[in-house]
Amino acid sequence: MVVLRRLLYSQRAAPYLFIAPFVITLLAFWMLPLARTFMLSTQEVVFGQAAFVGLDNYQRLWEDRLFWKAMFNSARYMVLTIALLIPIPLVLAALINSKIGSDRVKAVFKASMFVPALTSVVVAGIIFRLMFAETGTGLMNQIVGLVGLDPVRWLRIDTGGLIALLALAMWRWTGVNILYFLAGMQAIPEEYYEAATIDGAGRLQQFFHITLPNLKPTIVYVTTISVYGGLAMFLESFMLYRGNASPNDQGLTVIGYLYRRGIEQNDLGFASAVGVVLLVVIMAINLTFLTLSGTFKKESAR
Amino acid sequence: MSGERSTRTRIQLPYWLHGSVQTAFLLVLTLVVLAPLLIMFVATFQDGNDVIRRGLSFDVDLGSLSLDNYVMLFTDSGPYFRWFANSILLTVVQVAGTLLVSSFVAYGFAVYDFKGKTALFIAVLLLMAVPFEIMMLPLYVLVNDVGLADSYSVIVLPFLAASVTIFYFRQYFLGIPKDLLEAGRMDGATEFGIFFKIVVPVAKPAFAAMAILNGMIIWNNFLWPLLVLRSESKFTLPIGLNTLLTPHENNYELLIIGSMFSLLPVLVLFLLFQRFFVAGMTAGALKG
Repeated sequence: MVVLRRLLYSQRAAPYLFIAPFVITLLAFWMLPLARTFMLSTQEVVFGQAAFVGLDNYQRLWEDRLFWKAMFNSARYMVLTIALLIPIPLVLAALINSKIGSDRVKAVFKASMFVPALTSVVVAGIIFRLMFAETGTGLMNQIVGLVGLDPVRWLRIDTGGLIALLALAMWRWTGVNILYFLAGMQAIPEEYYEAATIDGAGRLQQFFHITLPNLKPTIVYVTTISVYGGLAMFLESFMLYRGNASPNDQGLTVIGYLYRRGIEQNDLGFASAVGVVLLVVIMAINLTFLTLSGTFKKESAR
Repeated sequence: MSGERSTRTRIQLPYWLHGSVQTAFLLVLTLVVLAPLLIMFVATFQDGNDVIRRGLSFDVDLGSLSLDNYVMLFTDSGPYFRWFANSILLTVVQVAGTLLVSSFVAYGFAVYDFKGKTALFIAVLLLMAVPFEIMMLPLYVLVNDVGLADSYSVIVLPFLAASVTIFYFRQYFLGIPKDLLEAGRMDGATEFGIFFKIVVPVAKPAFAAMAILNGMIIWNNFLWPLLVLRSESKFTLPIGLNTLLTPHENNYELLIIGSMFSLLPVLVLFLLFQRFFVAGMTAGALKG
């Protein structure tokens, strides 16, 4: 009893009790599985029997055509989503943040843009799969028809599938990124703009010389989450193609390949190697990016 | 500003016109963004097989619309409402658990100094940048090793101490005056008493924002339950809906109306608590 009382009142013991759930989670659900993955990636598992094979899995990976295809697909998706999902929401946020226009319309716009983010990837995937139907009667083909073009077999061709994936990503995430940028913009002191107006700077100049530089932390943050979100994309493709198989593997991503080898084909060693490579790539990109953008310097200066 | 002469050659629109151009542009975009949901809503009144065969479009035969699908949903939708109830149960339990555990951990990080704090907090930050997709295989192997597949506990337990939520609560707790905590100690409260009786009530807005954020993510959670759940009676909505996509069974009506109906709880919450959605969303990362 006395020990318990002491423990409850002790400011020295308390922090460890508070953070204990995190430490347990970290050990049991992160460190242990990750260590296991590293180990598995050096093994070949057949019928539950594991044999050490050194870097064999990594060599197989290096020579595997499909792995590179998946890597290319994921990288392409990441680059394109960043190219679309940063500038466009940025401009839209600037429009909402500007003093002109109707506030009520802006509020409706902001709320509506956010609604797609409420949908699950399952529901969003079903809707987009049906919008990008290859029949002439599907919505996207009707739109294409308006311009006088023939129906496109969207999900059967590489570019068509890519467009569908990017449209899905933009539909779901534009509103969320607008919110990030708006939050960043509203933190910029009004005086900066007043001073600039007095100096005779136009609206565009103000955007490039005040808004953009002050938004740098937000842009860095959004880019960082887009890098790993893009490279780890899987479910969007999984839903759009109704499963992990797509024509000529045009929709196969790195995680999709990991899923195929590890879960569908039970080749745990090889799949673990895929996971390790992806983890290393994502961490390397993010650390480089955060270092280059000076984020670490600011963190340690605090 | 409307009468202002620009020294540049660029044509300056009058102020009011500029505003209405912007308003029109935003309204068009609003329609474009809502179109997929509207079109899907219209499809809930149509024949499912027809929609699947022809794809979604605004080219609708008005005479063919009927309420049949709605009647089917409420009278003959098989396991659908079982899945719905499962999703509600799982979401409520997991949100409550995540808020409790994560705020608890965050408090430890926010108010105390202890050995290893920096290293552990860096771990929190690092975990925020590891996509779950990378952990899915190792966790899947672990779950199979311990024989816990097809149970809700493995869906919930690994994610109770959620890094984004911990991070958000820590930031919030840092803003609570130390005097308030000291006063609690003077009154003879234990460290945990201080947390539950003083800190939690003060931090209600933070709890609301995180409840919304986590609720949304968990309601839509797909990949991990897809790997873990095996028996149909335990399926959540996204898992159940996904099984309806198979061409072998003729369930397309339920697929379409069930998808739309699954949006309802989130949409209602969004309309009621938009403010907290925005707060929760801008607080941390969001994963699909």
